[in-house]
Amino acid sequence: MGQTVIPSPLTPVQAARLLVLRNYITYRSAWKLFLTGFLEPVFYLFSIGVGVGQLVEGFELNGEPISYAAFVAPGMLAASAFNGALMDSTYNVFFKLKYDKLYDQMLATPLTTRDVARGEIAWGLIRGSTYSAAFLLVMAAMGLISSWWAVLALPAAILIAFAFSAVCMGLTTYMKSFQDFDKITLAQLPLFLFSATFFPVTEFGDGALRWLVEATPLYRGVVLCRELTTGELSWASGVSVVYLLLMGLLGLAIVRRRLDLLLLK
Amino acid sequence: MATKLSPVEGAARQVDYWWTVFKRTWRGGAISSFVAPLFYVVAMGVLLGGFIEGDPSRLEGATSYLDFVVPGLVASHAMQIAVGETTYPVMGGIKWHKTYLAQMATPLSVRDIVNAHLGFVLFRVASACAVFMLVLAPFGVFATWWGAVLAWLAQVLVGICFGCLVMAFSVRLRSEEGFGVLFRLGVVPLTLFSGAFFPIDNLGPALKWVAVVTPLWHGVDLSRMLCLDHVDAGAALVHVAVLAVLTVVGWRLAVTGLEKRLEV
Repeated sequence: MGQTVIPSPLTPVQAARLLVLRNYITYRSAWKLFLTGFLEPVFYLFSIGVGVGQLVEGFELNGEPISYAAFVAPGMLAASAFNGALMDSTYNVFFKLKYDKLYDQMLATPLTTRDVARGEIAWGLIRGSTYSAAFLLVMAAMGLISSWWAVLALPAAILIAFAFSAVCMGLTTYMKSFQDFDKITLAQLPLFLFSATFFPVTEFGDGALRWLVEATPLYRGVVLCRELTTGELSWASGVSVVYLLLMGLLGLAIVRRRLDLLLLK
Repeated sequence: MATKLSPVEGAARQVDYWWTVFKRTWRGGAISSFVAPLFYVVAMGVLLGGFIEGDPSRLEGATSYLDFVVPGLVASHAMQIAVGETTYPVMGGIKWHKTYLAQMATPLSVRDIVNAHLGFVLFRVASACAVFMLVLAPFGVFATWWGAVLAWLAQVLVGICFGCLVMAFSVRLRSEEGFGVLFRLGVVPLTLFSGAFFPIDNLGPALKWVAVVTPLWHGVDLSRMLCLDHVDAGAALVHVAVLAVLTVVGWRLAVTGLEKRLEV
């Protein structure tokens, strides 16, 4: 690695802007894929929240009665931010890194590995937050929001996406083949299904299992979104925010180090 | 062309090829086709089911939500496997690996290629559903053993029906972008709204009729009737007939579509 540092003619913001623009242009031809991405959480909300919800009797959250749809909806908001971030930062990044050699090409320009990491994550966040905003509007239209705190559910969803994008992009740099994605599915699905998305965490009793669930990042995101849409904030909400923020920053540091190692050595 | 192979001969010649494909890829499929649905059974059937009253009049005759949801989950699982095997692999055969083109350079015809590929789909669906049903047996969700066996055949029929229909779609597609749209606008809504997770009566009268015309609903209902031993013979025959007709139509369209694509 060269010892002399050539000053980049681009500021980090300019560099990120260029990368976002690049992704925007490539996605323009796949607009159907972009548009339909928003539908998935809405389908889940209608199926599980409304369809299955008609079978669920007397659901409670912290001792207060709540409709099952209002319980599931913030869980779907968090889960869709999570799923979207995971897709963008694993499959897409792996493909660009290994097959397209896209990052090699980018590094032949004044862009640095830091710019690549920040730019890719920024694009994922922009894409994800349009979905989250649309989903929140659907929730509001269906009368599933009971507090003005819900306005903060959008930044909360973006925070979830940031934490998972950064960490998963870091993990993707360790992957050797598409077979490794099974491990991602194996982690993704239990997180999606057991993070108090479809039923409260109290279902796991009071033992070690419940502690384990409460320590996972998606659970923190789900309860954060739920606290915001129902207006039941507590000190634990702050814990969730700090947890996700630290997770994202840690991931970003790993991505930078790994891209340096993979592309600049 | 000198000789035309009989359908059996044509398919038999490709067994070694598909067996090699299976040996190289089954591990990847093992997790998605087995561990994943089991997670769904535990999360939805057992844990969420704890909040749902086991009222047979609201659960199409099932006495618990777990009993209700399992037959539908396996049927939609059959669909997902079939769709997975007839989307990207079909485009691979035409566009990326060009296996179909290589096969066409031998005495094989398009019909033989389609048959062998669908035979592989049949094998994948049948084996995955069999394993899944066996794992679910200890949960006590099957009313009778023969009902479970017949339900397994119904699930296999769902798989081959979707295999044929989706292959007919895939052979006409130019870019893989269409698959993403198929998954999001086809597979996901079918999974969620075809009566697998809740009775389609809950959809309201208008949407209920949309669900009734989808092939997955016929498969889900058939699978559930057999698992719960609540068989309505007339409805069961209609389900089988619909799935069988769609299978034949899909197969025909897959063959003609691929013939056009390979310009025979």
